[in-house]
Amino acid sequence: MSRPMVDLRGVYKSFGTLEVLRGVDLRVRTGEVTVVLGPSGSGKSTLLRSINHLEKVDRGHVSVDGELMGYRRVGDRLHELKERDILRQRTHIGFVFQSFNLFPHLTVLDNVAEAPLSAQRRPRREVYPVARRLLDRVGLADKADAFPRQLSGGQQQRVAIARALALDPKLVLFDEPTSALDPELVGEVLDVMRDLARSGTTMIVVTHEVGFAREVADSVVFMDDGLVLEQGPPAQVLDAPRHERTRAFLSKVL
Amino acid sequence: MSLSSEPVRLAAADPPTATPAAQDESAELAALPVVPARHPWRWVGVVVVLVLVAQFAHGLATNPGWDWATVGQYLTADVIVHAVGVTIQLTVYGTVLGFALGVVVALMRLSRSSFLQTVGWTYVWAFRSIPLIVQLLFWFNISYLYQRFDVGVPFGPALLSFETKDLVSPIGAAVLGLALHQAAYAAEIVRSGIIAVDHGQLDAAAALGIPKGRQFRRIVLPQAMRSILPNAANEVISLFKGTSVVSVMAIGELFYQVQVIYGRNTRVVALLMVATIWYVALTTVLSVVQYYVERHYAKGSARSLPPTPLQRARTRLRQLRAAAARRDLSPVGEASR
Repeated sequence: MSRPMVDLRGVYKSFGTLEVLRGVDLRVRTGEVTVVLGPSGSGKSTLLRSINHLEKVDRGHVSVDGELMGYRRVGDRLHELKERDILRQRTHIGFVFQSFNLFPHLTVLDNVAEAPLSAQRRPRREVYPVARRLLDRVGLADKADAFPRQLSGGQQQRVAIARALALDPKLVLFDEPTSALDPELVGEVLDVMRDLARSGTTMIVVTHEVGFAREVADSVVFMDDGLVLEQGPPAQVLDAPRHERTRAFLSKVL
Repeated sequence: MSLSSEPVRLAAADPPTATPAAQDESAELAALPVVPARHPWRWVGVVVVLVLVAQFAHGLATNPGWDWATVGQYLTADVIVHAVGVTIQLTVYGTVLGFALGVVVALMRLSRSSFLQTVGWTYVWAFRSIPLIVQLLFWFNISYLYQRFDVGVPFGPALLSFETKDLVSPIGAAVLGLALHQAAYAAEIVRSGIIAVDHGQLDAAAALGIPKGRQFRRIVLPQAMRSILPNAANEVISLFKGTSVVSVMAIGELFYQVQVIYGRNTRVVALLMVATIWYVALTTVLSVVQYYVERHYAKGSARSLPPTPLQRARTRLRQLRAAAARRDLSPVGEASR
């Protein structure tokens, strides 16, 4: 296998006495869609947040596209990166939150344009047309001048996806992108994600939408209690799980 | 105009499955005029308040003790207008320097460095604990404690040397005292605004790789302003009136000047009225400014902003005119506005 897009080795993370990740190994290939399933509290979100260094792991290493996240290797030592360098690393990784986290005081267009302008220092005349194209791609070209609170949840999440794509990332992470939505709005967000997957974007999606996993995922990961229990193609993990706990979980959500 | 609640209009609530009988009944109800509920006690309250207000106004006009002639004579006198200028200067410098330092102290208290946290906390503790008037008198007498002010190597030779009393004028001491005191309160107000911003906003900004300084200026501060502004306006207004404390240092601000004049001509009440009118007028201006600044930062916080009082008045006027026009056409409806 060629160099993986994401490579996690022996990742541990605790909050106080609570061990959330207990030695996670995970590899994600370029261009693939990986869906992470698992009961709540199994460490899925923490795993995702440690990939872009929103959480600093206690032990183990995270690389994205061959670059070690949060550290620089000099000879036989690892130097902790400064905040500024970590921010630069993150500009290659899109992140979509469960609660959207759009900036409520900026218009939809400014939300999408903010990171290219300030993190990549690209000129406005170049950024705004791209931002409008991205809004068009998620079906919200007519909402460019609206404020986030004037939109429905599904529309807000589509803006958040456009915002994540504005940096032209190598990898997009989705943290339960449809869990905060009313059932009738889930479909429009999944449609956008499906479209994105078809275009060959590398994606890691934490979700409870097993149907989406079956249809779109190249690889399904099942996590429980801070560990990756199994990983494989959807047909294998979803239809013929090897682990008792995977089976128990699937029987509850299907 | 009636004080009772808005006239109620009954909607013709026809469920789609209504039987013909039910339809008849709701059609009948819809045709009935609605008599608004009466509130006689409200009228009693209004009358009582109106009588009290009339008595007070009558007193203001007829009681010679108010001495309106003297009020009018001094209200716009040069010496008073100049004193108002000094008061405004003290307020502006105190606010600008106080809030600038306050932001720094607030960021210290929120910093990840425990050393800076302690420094920030100690600053707030010290400057909130000492009464303003005591601080002002300390600064006024600073040249007694430190005669010289040297710039040079710490504990070593001095390169530049100043007489402290040349460096810190009385008005400089007043500004210093007000600003340092104000900074302690401003720091807490700014900090409360910053910690009120949803943590997801910082997550999103960090995930997008937005630089730290920009995160603060573009994402956190505009949202924090929503809760900072009402408290900050309180502080500015209380600082504005608080400048009267500076009169103990014989600085010619409004309250000191008024005292000087009534010490000479004994028209105490009239001159206190002069000061009151200026304080009230300028506080009113600040309140109006506060309203519009708050509105600016409310952008995006609601689906649509409520109209300003001016817009509301215009809408009301338009409605009244439309209603009058309608009444000319048909003098019937009580329920139709």
